[in-house]
Amino acid sequence: MTLLLQYVVNGLASGSLYALVALGIVLLYRCSRVLNFAHGDLSSVGVFLALSALTAGWPYPLALAAGLGGAGVLAVSFYRVFLRPVRGGTVLGSVIATLAFALVLSGVQVWVWGTQTRVFPFPLSESRVVRWGGVAVSERTVGTLGIGMLLVAGLSVFVRKSRWGLAMRAVAQDPEAAQMVGVPAGRVLAATWALSGVLGASAGVLLAPAVFVDPFMMLDPFLKGFTAAVLGGIESLPGAVVGGFGLGVLESLFAGYVSVRFKTTLAFGVIVAALLVRPEGLLGRPLQRRV
Amino acid sequence: MELRTSYAQDLRLVSGTAGWAALLAFLGVLVALPLFAPRYVVYVATLVGVHGLVAVGLNLLMGYTGQISLGHAGFVAIGAYAHGLLLTRLGWGFGPAFLAAAGLSGVAGSLVGLPALRLTGPYLAVATLGFGLAVHQGLVNWEALSGGRSGLFFPEVSVLGRSLRDERVLYWVVLAVVAFLVLVACRLVRSYIGRAFVAIRDSEISASTVGIHLTAYKTLAFGLSALYAGTAGALLGHVMGFLEPQLFTLFESVYFLAMVVVGGLGSVSGSLLGAALLTLLPQLLSGMREALNVVYGLVLLLVLRFDPGGLYGRWLRIWRYGKSWPL
Repeated sequence: MTLLLQYVVNGLASGSLYALVALGIVLLYRCSRVLNFAHGDLSSVGVFLALSALTAGWPYPLALAAGLGGAGVLAVSFYRVFLRPVRGGTVLGSVIATLAFALVLSGVQVWVWGTQTRVFPFPLSESRVVRWGGVAVSERTVGTLGIGMLLVAGLSVFVRKSRWGLAMRAVAQDPEAAQMVGVPAGRVLAATWALSGVLGASAGVLLAPAVFVDPFMMLDPFLKGFTAAVLGGIESLPGAVVGGFGLGVLESLFAGYVSVRFKTTLAFGVIVAALLVRPEGLLGRPLQRRV
Repeated sequence: MELRTSYAQDLRLVSGTAGWAALLAFLGVLVALPLFAPRYVVYVATLVGVHGLVAVGLNLLMGYTGQISLGHAGFVAIGAYAHGLLLTRLGWGFGPAFLAAAGLSGVAGSLVGLPALRLTGPYLAVATLGFGLAVHQGLVNWEALSGGRSGLFFPEVSVLGRSLRDERVLYWVVLAVVAFLVLVACRLVRSYIGRAFVAIRDSEISASTVGIHLTAYKTLAFGLSALYAGTAGALLGHVMGFLEPQLFTLFESVYFLAMVVVGGLGSVSGSLLGAALLTLLPQLLSGMREALNVVYGLVLLLVLRFDPGGLYGRWLRIWRYGKSWPL
C-alpha cells in the first residue's frame, strides 16, 4: 500500500511537469491552430539562458526571469517573422514550420552550449527528503508539485477572469468575429505565443534540477506533455491538466509494477489507443465538421 | 506550361524529342557514373538514391494525399531490419528478402494508416510521431532482435553473381530500384488512383461524395508510402553495412519531411531534387556537424516563407519565364 502511494506521488510529481508542458501546447493550439513542435526546444533554450545568466553571476530571480523571458521573446519573434506572414496557411505548413524552428533551436543549442551535461542549481534539494507516513518525497518534488499547481491555477484564473484571457478565448472561437468587435487578434496571438513560451520554460526550469542539463533534456518531457495534451483533448485546458497528471501516474505505476524500460513506449501506446477510442480526447468536445 | 489539348497529353511523362533526348542523356550519365567518378561520389549518389526513394514515397502520402507522417523513419527501420534479419538469421537470398522486407513495411504502413482514418491534422501528426518513436524505442530495448546499440551487421550478398560489397554494383542496384519505383510513382499519380489521392487532399467530403472510398485510398496511400520507405531501408542497410537504432530517430523522420517540402509538395521530381540537395548539404558541411540542424531548419523555414512550391515550383517558374521570354 505504501509502495502504491509512493508510486502515485512520484507520478503526480512528473505529471505536474507534463501538465505544464501540455498547457503551453494546448493554450497555443486553441488560439492559433498551430501545434508547436518547437515547444520543447523553446523551453530548453530558456533553461540554458537562465543557466548562462547564473554562471555570469546574476542573482537567482533575475536569471530565472531572463530565461523565461528569453523563451517568450523567441516564441513571439518566431510567430511574427515566420507564421504571421503566411496566415491562413495549411495545418501541414504550420506543423512543418514549427518542426523547422525546433531543428534550428536544437542545432543552435548544441552549437552554443555544447552537448556536455551541466548541473542546474536549485534552492530545494533533491536528496533531502520529506517523510509523510511511509511515503518519501524529496523537497524538490514537493516544490515542483506546488509550483506546478500554482502555475496551473494561476493560468486558469487568467484565462477565465482577465480581459486578456477573454480576448484569447474570443480569438480561439473565431478570429474574424473577434476582430470585428475590436479584439486585436494579432497582438492576442503574439501574447499567447509568449505565454506559451514562458510556460514551457518554467516547466524546463522545474525539471532542470532533477536531470542533467543538455540540449536534449526537454525532448522526452515534451513528447510526454504532447501525449498528455492529446490525451486530455487538445483544445481543453482542464483536459491538459488531467491528461498530464493521468499520464504521470500511469507511467509511474507501469514502471513500478511492469517494466521501467518500456515506460516511454507505454506513453505512445496509450496515445494511439486513446485516439482510437476517443479521437477528441478525454475532456475534448466531439469533433464536428460543418459541410 | 504549354496548352494541353488532349487527355493523352496529360498522361504523357515525357514530351517531344528534346524531352526524350534530355532524359536519355541524364539516365546515360547516371548509369555510367561509377565508371569515371571516384568512389566517394558513387557512395554519395547511392545515398541520394536511397533518400530520394523515401522522399518520393512520403510525397505520395503528404504531397498528394495530404496526410502528414512524422514517423517515416519507423517504416525505413522496419524495412531495413526485416531485410537484415532475413539475410542473416534465415539465410535468404537478396531478392526474396528484399521483396519480403518491402512487403512487410507496406503492411505496417497500412496498419498505421487504419487509425489515421479517424484522425486529422494535429492528431495524425501525433499518432505517426508516436509510431516512429515506438519503433525506435523498441529497437533500442529489444536487443535480441536488433542487436541493440552494437548493431546488426549485413552479410555479403550478391546480385546476379556480383557482390554488393562493391559500391559500384550497389549503386547500379539502387539506381535500377529507384528508376523503377520513380516510374511507378509517376504513372500512379497520373492514374485514377493518383487523382483520388489528390481529391482526398483537396477535400475529403467532396471526394467521398463523388464516390472515392476514403478508407481504401487512405490505407493504400499509407501502405504505398511505407513500402517505398521500407525498400529504401533495405537498400540503406547495404549502403551502411550495418544497422543501429540511432539511424532511425525522430530527427531522421523530420529530415525526410524536409526533403519533401524543400523539393516541393506534390511533385515526384521535386522530391528527388530535395533529397539530392539535403543529402549533399551535410557532405559539404562535414566539418561542422553541429551546424547541420541549423542549416536544415533554416533551409526549411526559408522555403516555407518565401517559396512554398519548393525547388520544383521555383524551377517551373524559371522554365515558364524562359518559355515566354522576352515577353
